[in-house]
Amino acid sequence: MAALTEEQTLIREQASAWALKESPVSQFRALRDASGSAGFEQATWDAMIEMGWTGILVPEEYGGSDLGILTFGLVLEQLGRQLTASPLLPSALAGASALLLGGSAAQKEAMLPNIIDGTAILTLAVDEGTHHRPESTALEARASDGGFTLSGSKASVAEGSAATHFVIAARTAGTPGDHEGISLFLVAADSAGISRTALNVLDSRDYANILLDDVHVDADALLGSLNGGLPLLQQVLDRARAGIAAEMLGTASQAFDMTLDYLKTREQFGKVIGSFQGLGHRAAGLFSAMEQTRSCVEAALQAIDADADNSAELASLAKCRAGQFLYNMTNELIQMHGGIGMTDEFDAGLYLKRARALEASYGNRSYHRDRYARLLGF
Amino acid sequence: MSDGFRTSVKAWVAENLPEALKGVDIGMYGPGSREPEILEAFELWRQRLAEKGWGAPTWPEAYGGAGLTGAEAKVIGREIHAAGSMNPIPFLAGMGVTMVGPTLMEYGTEEQKARHLPGMASGAVRWCLGLSEPNAGSDLASLATRAVREGDHWILNGQKTWTSGANKSQWCGALVRTDPDAAKRDGISFLMLPMDQQSIETRPIRLIAGESPFCETFFNNAQAGADDMLGELNDGWSVIKRLLQHERASQTSAPPTSNKVEPLQELARNYIGLGPDGTLADSDLRSRLADHLMDAAAHTLTIGRIMAEAKGGNVEVSATASILKNSATDVAQDRSELLLEIMGNQGLGWEGTEFSGGELHSVREWLGTKAMSIYGGSYEVQKNIIAKNILGLPETTQKG
Repeated sequence: MAALTEEQTLIREQASAWALKESPVSQFRALRDASGSAGFEQATWDAMIEMGWTGILVPEEYGGSDLGILTFGLVLEQLGRQLTASPLLPSALAGASALLLGGSAAQKEAMLPNIIDGTAILTLAVDEGTHHRPESTALEARASDGGFTLSGSKASVAEGSAATHFVIAARTAGTPGDHEGISLFLVAADSAGISRTALNVLDSRDYANILLDDVHVDADALLGSLNGGLPLLQQVLDRARAGIAAEMLGTASQAFDMTLDYLKTREQFGKVIGSFQGLGHRAAGLFSAMEQTRSCVEAALQAIDADADNSAELASLAKCRAGQFLYNMTNELIQMHGGIGMTDEFDAGLYLKRARALEASYGNRSYHRDRYARLLGF
Repeated sequence: MSDGFRTSVKAWVAENLPEALKGVDIGMYGPGSREPEILEAFELWRQRLAEKGWGAPTWPEAYGGAGLTGAEAKVIGREIHAAGSMNPIPFLAGMGVTMVGPTLMEYGTEEQKARHLPGMASGAVRWCLGLSEPNAGSDLASLATRAVREGDHWILNGQKTWTSGANKSQWCGALVRTDPDAAKRDGISFLMLPMDQQSIETRPIRLIAGESPFCETFFNNAQAGADDMLGELNDGWSVIKRLLQHERASQTSAPPTSNKVEPLQELARNYIGLGPDGTLADSDLRSRLADHLMDAAAHTLTIGRIMAEAKGGNVEVSATASILKNSATDVAQDRSELLLEIMGNQGLGWEGTEFSGGELHSVREWLGTKAMSIYGGSYEVQKNIIAKNILGLPETTQKG
């Protein structure tokens, strides 16, 4: 655990206690089992808004608390432990970051208070194909009638059904693959020409494919500069990546705790199975990986808060390491629990499924390994 | 600590470091067979440092130290390093200053301290440690070297191995069995004995990387004085546990080496080159290199995090040390393997002018890194420690 301020410690403890009491994994299970339900419970989301978590990144002049992304990460880690479902990260972290980093004063004033009070739910709409490749953006935005007309599709958008606004990466010049010619737009989800298809995904959360058919937006929908949107997008994504890495650390840490507990209580051959070296050594290896993952995640969050030059490098490091640990940990969660780990009644499966969805979000390990190497110049 | 201390150390080093040593890479084991001018300068440098008590700056002045704080000792090390040299005394004293000395300070009698500590602090007396045996490695407590009391002496018989510097040491700290009937850990004592005896034979061990400081050491009725036992009779296990803690401490605060480590990605660019898209021409190696660099970053960030937390006083530092030993080992071994792969055919050289100094060094170093997962508590022993002490899992090893 990083050396935290008193306020950060307080928020972390509040989030931990709240998630355990008000939004434990059993509640996520109930949500999953209720057919036709949305990706999150309104009461859960309302409680988060009430506790001020939607304003953690937002400056006080817009009604937020401006506590920084490390603080946000501490909350997300606790939510990740219980698989608490909400649009908190896509909206109050990623969406708010897009406005904070790329928005004009007018755009911020119009949207940030709504993010905080929950009347707006934002989400990034970036990926188009099977994988995360921001520079391959093809969705087209043509200048028209003093504004823009957007046509194309976005795939697997998180909270895509619940979102009231999309932050859309669009191509305004060049061809897919070009780094130049990408622009970001803030588009209301109920705009004429937008249709969404809800997806039934393994982690039972809300994802949707979005189709834009000649969607007209005004000129003030543009976030940041025309054609030069990729660096802004990457900056926004890096915040989302560091945040989701914190959530992944929480999910994996809970899986570790469940496994360690089982190693200490399950008996076979007349002893607890944790006394077998074959398992003890694997647990030791997982513990070391967990500690190292925490170092990477906290370093990325702190670097972003400090606006450090190596924020991008550390965000990719954090997402990649959190992905690696969560992958290994959820596989070991099943394996070390044996048969019970395979049953739907036990929670292991919920963590395993969520792990793979988190891995694909905002770039998987492969993407970030490649990006890390590029940033280091090879 | 005031800036004045740093300034005065800097001035003293500038005045007393012999001109001939400045910028000369002496290496950990002394100047060897250099030109007489260097040898003389080296001896002069040792004497000057010893007179200041800076061979073991934190020890009391009465025992050859300077009575300084740990922070002040670090300043001395840094200033000497900054002046382009090193403090040779901890190396000349072998295991004396770093391990035997601090343990002696806690367990020794007044006579023992007065007799042995000044020689270590001045670098005049080199110490080795007789711990491991051919059949007692990770399971050190199963050691078989016997010591039997005869009048004023203990008579030692048995074989030690991995005794670093035994052939060049004047004294040895040896772990011996003094009660063969007691339980494994309860019949062991720690004896100190001079190495200049006909009844002690040392044979240097040639390693896979070539020459090494390690020896096999044979005791054939070797003698130790009755008053040269450190700690109580049959309580050697507590002495050695403390001594090994000092070993771990010295490993984590190893002095900075003068060799700059060139970033691996830079070497990869030079040896392999970049493709038209600006990425390494070998894409498979590129992924593995990126993974390794991330491992290295995670390890470094973890050290930084532990230090930050320790300052906040909210973490048990000793509990995390075992994690760092294994991750440091992983990172160093992977780096060496990747480096050889990056150098390709040039990474296979053993000797000769067709290979650069760096290439030849990398091959020897690669072999040397294999020892990292064996010494100081093997990789597997570290995992036992994590499983038991940190995770609270039941003991996995058998105890005698």
